[in-house]
Amino acid sequence: MELNKQTIEQLHKQLIEKKIKPSDILDSVYKRVESVDSKVKAYLMLTKDLAYDMAKKAGDRIMKNDNVTDLTGIPIGIKDNMCLEGFNTTCASKMLEGYKPPYTATALKNLIEAGAIFTGKLNMDEYAFGSSTENSAYQTTCNPWDLSRVPGGSSGGSAAAVAADMCVAALGSDTGGSIKQPAGLCNVTGLRPTYGRVSRYGLIAFGSSLDQIGPMTKTVKDNAILLKYLAGIDKKDSTSAPIDVPDYDSNLRKDIKGMVIGLPKEYMIDGMDKQVKAKIMEAVKLLEANGATIQEISLPYTDYALDVYYVVAPAEASSNLARFDGVQYGLRDTSADNLIDMYKKSRRAGFGKETKRRIMLGTYVLSSGYYDAYYKKAQKVRTLIKNDFDKAFEKVDVILTPTSPTTAFKIGEKAADPLTMYLSDIFTIAPNMAGLPGISVPAGFDAAGLPIGMQVLAAPFAEQKIYDLTNFYQTKTDWHEKRANL
Amino acid sequence: MAITRKDVEYIAHLSRLEITEAEADEYTKQLSDILEHVNRLSKLNTDNVEPTYYVMDMKNVFRKDEVEPSVDRQKVFKAAPSIENNGFKVPKII
Repeated sequence: MELNKQTIEQLHKQLIEKKIKPSDILDSVYKRVESVDSKVKAYLMLTKDLAYDMAKKAGDRIMKNDNVTDLTGIPIGIKDNMCLEGFNTTCASKMLEGYKPPYTATALKNLIEAGAIFTGKLNMDEYAFGSSTENSAYQTTCNPWDLSRVPGGSSGGSAAAVAADMCVAALGSDTGGSIKQPAGLCNVTGLRPTYGRVSRYGLIAFGSSLDQIGPMTKTVKDNAILLKYLAGIDKKDSTSAPIDVPDYDSNLRKDIKGMVIGLPKEYMIDGMDKQVKAKIMEAVKLLEANGATIQEISLPYTDYALDVYYVVAPAEASSNLARFDGVQYGLRDTSADNLIDMYKKSRRAGFGKETKRRIMLGTYVLSSGYYDAYYKKAQKVRTLIKNDFDKAFEKVDVILTPTSPTTAFKIGEKAADPLTMYLSDIFTIAPNMAGLPGISVPAGFDAAGLPIGMQVLAAPFAEQKIYDLTNFYQTKTDWHEKRANL
Repeated sequence: MAITRKDVEYIAHLSRLEITEAEADEYTKQLSDILEHVNRLSKLNTDNVEPTYYVMDMKNVFRKDEVEPSVDRQKVFKAAPSIENNGFKVPKII
């Protein structure tokens, strides 16, 4: 099998046995990019010189057997909202076209220290506002399984690149479902860690009480390996958790006997694709037959999660995006003759439609006279949503749902109506409001051959339980091994 | 609480966004639709519920007040649209 198609686990073994070199893997990855990315359009920029330099260093480390980790020599793609010193970091926005940050995100620093290789920057919805990558100012990424469909979003470039073997693994970020939803639509394994598990320093902020960086991989085992290196406390992010990082991949259980899986009855909504439901129930049966206990649970406030999200997330976004003012970095309109007009014209020219819409919505719900009615009210309902989950996790180990109510939709299909687009994140938003970790793993295909994702959630910092269950599932199924014909 | 076109123009000003007439119309409709959906929240009783601004139970994370090297100033200026005499240059303020 070509090297670009293999897992971190498989490649690591060959690297330390010195059967292959890091540059061999990189050659194979870039060859694949060359042949398919003109169709998929996942990468915004390739960092070839940097990558080969990193591959050389990784190769030296392996030759000298000096501080070799699971990630040494592994090519990883980066969502373009993570700062990498000296390299374009655009957030898929015209505002940051050509912007080269003067520092590097902690998550990326952790990977550099582990000896990983960065292949390039991956497409996304501008500032991570969206569920399809159609809001990118540069290009719309296509779903490798059907090029006329979206890959999901906002980490659509990352999901498509992993699905099409244009990197071995990728980093995404998740605010309302931006890792899990595209992972589900592209047949990739994507985990959104617990809020606070991975440092947000150097991640261009969207919703500061929600954002998390997470791994997008070909298997659960790879995901567990990657998270181990990403996670941990960082003095540059005071919301990073002072909680030890487990050795997720070595700890993986061999069975799931006695695990209690909760199925929330509120997630069986109208509008859910019957084929999606059928595949998820098939997975549930398989898990039950292997010793898990299934329990119906109730999360009564689920129905309000979307409303809460579309107050809280734009509110946080509108204040975070105030930093883009044309003064210290980014686009500046030079026609204005006073400061306020310079702000207004620069922001007009630099931001796309959805970005402006979210800034406006966020500004409105935070404005005098509406703050209590919208923002504070939403944060109170957020407490009720969180309480629902707290109660559920007293009885169950994990909660299992579809990742998205439907499979990938057509490019352009939902672009005109923001509300319908927002609905594609309905299953991922509620757990995110509570800060919970969650994964999407491949669970089969619909009749048209489009991937179906299964979401598994756990209590805060219980990523291990998620990995235990879904890794076991991947030993019993081969959905995650299927690849699109490109 | 329907949002009016005047509200939209005011919010655009607060947001420091220049918007066109057509955009003002479009945003009036779209923001009204979204807020109408969100208004369902007002029906929920939350009298004795505390807001959750942060999900983690962490407060006031302190560190020692020690001087440490920061990002190099010249590196920062490299990304700036306009600089003069070690400062960011902007158009007239008043």
